[in-house]
Amino acid sequence: MAATTGPRRILNEDEIRRALTRIAHEVLERNGGAEGIALVGMHTRGVPLARRLAASIKEFEGQEVPVGALDIVLYRDDVSQGSRHVMRPTDISFDIEGLRVILVDDVLFTGRTIRAAMDALNDFGRPGEIQLAVLIDRGHRELPIRPDYVGKNVPTSPDQEVDVRVTEIDGLDEVMLVARGSR
Amino acid sequence: MTQASRVEEREYLRTPTESTDGARQLAGRRHVLDLDDFTREEIGAVMENTRAMKEVLQRDIKKVPALRGKTIITLFYEPSTRTRVSFEQAGKILSADVISVTGGGSSVEKGESLYNTARTIQAMDADLIVIRHPQSGAPHFLAGRLDISIINAGDGTHAHPTQALVDIFTMESHLGPIEGLKVVIVGDLLYSRVARSNLWGLTKMGAQVVLCGPPTLIPSDFQNGHRKEVGHPFTNVRIETNVERALDGADVVMALRLQLERQRAGHLPSLREYSRMYGINSKRLQLAKPNVLVMHPGPMNEGVEIDSEVAHGARSVIEEQVTNGVAVRMALLYSLTAPTLHATPDTVESQQLSKPGPKPRPDITSRRVYLK
Repeated sequence: MAATTGPRRILNEDEIRRALTRIAHEVLERNGGAEGIALVGMHTRGVPLARRLAASIKEFEGQEVPVGALDIVLYRDDVSQGSRHVMRPTDISFDIEGLRVILVDDVLFTGRTIRAAMDALNDFGRPGEIQLAVLIDRGHRELPIRPDYVGKNVPTSPDQEVDVRVTEIDGLDEVMLVARGSR
Repeated sequence: MTQASRVEEREYLRTPTESTDGARQLAGRRHVLDLDDFTREEIGAVMENTRAMKEVLQRDIKKVPALRGKTIITLFYEPSTRTRVSFEQAGKILSADVISVTGGGSSVEKGESLYNTARTIQAMDADLIVIRHPQSGAPHFLAGRLDISIINAGDGTHAHPTQALVDIFTMESHLGPIEGLKVVIVGDLLYSRVARSNLWGLTKMGAQVVLCGPPTLIPSDFQNGHRKEVGHPFTNVRIETNVERALDGADVVMALRLQLERQRAGHLPSLREYSRMYGINSKRLQLAKPNVLVMHPGPMNEGVEIDSEVAHGARSVIEEQVTNGVAVRMALLYSLTAPTLHATPDTVESQQLSKPGPKPRPDITSRRVYLK
């Protein structure tokens, strides 16, 4: 067992693009088109991913779907010193009542973020349905939560980190698997 | 307002996500006593969190569970409407339990000392005390003796840090970065804790601060050439006794409340004369930039330090200051009391990088068992 391996690239730019394109198609297939759906990206990297999915959906169906941004720091049950002081404005400028809301996040891990996101979303109204799209599912769930759309399943160990980089924020598109603390 | 949203949007696009120095400093902070121990980066982190809190205030349901189970005590030895109510509202929106203690109606009336009152509150397992006190230094006194977080909501003539953060946030949301802005503070500089905290905050953010008032209401060490040595934070501060000269090209005009007792104390010949010489009216305001912001920490004496026409005019952001006050105080309450339940390697790392965190609370559970 090599305990410490160097950073490994899980997805490159093209692979991310293909994964998102597939997810966009799956969303349309499952929901029978773009009618009545909304995308809500979770801060921080879920937000650009949600925008890209919306752009793909527009390209395929010619229909605009509303896109929102959600910050869940105030709803977390595992706030840590490291993360609790960076908050981003939530921006959901449409009525989510009755919509099929697709939460978009970069990495699905314990599921606690998603639980918090569902709490947060309920403060804005009662969606008809909540679905979950993630770019990476790395396992180790601590709650009964499963994704509806997955870019890639990646087996990881708990002491690793999945580092998603997106052009809008980091200047490039890639997903790296790194040892914790080596960033 | 369009200008404000443009600035906010730009900020929003620019913001990085990893913990910044400012966020780390804020994470290690235990008290808010004045702005002298804040860095520019830490003030920046407060501003960022305030923007997120402001969004919560715009929701239909203004309630988030962030501080469930936390107890916040507001301990006010001086009258206050906006500061006390905004702290209470901030705490309640974050789901904390907020208990208000005022001078009247509590054991303070029976002569209990500040220290003993605060010890009592601590013994009831509160998480944070917000204190306003007529004596300068009272919050520092408590911070040095208690184990819980203290926020200074105004002490004597010394400091009012949360108001200064509100003012900085309000300026930034209208005018963008504070760096280089000409901010004119007019009025009773001798007794104003708002002016003092703003002086720290604004100079750290790089503003050109002009202090303007009658010579009797300017601290003497400032009049006789205040600290001008290179690198001192107040190098860019100017003293001006002529209000017209002070207002020339101003980006922000902040009028301070003229306490009516000052006339009796002999600092002023008459209120009417003060108003004529230093009152902010629409004619004087024309000397400032066209998009000048008019601010006032409240409560106002309309017709004395500021004309009603200006106070409620197009350039006034005085009411917005009050709204922003709730958001700023939410950001501070959250930063000082948010729970830390799960220590991850991330946590340990960031704790090592930041200032020492809160001292561990005394283990009162064992004491409780003993008492049983």
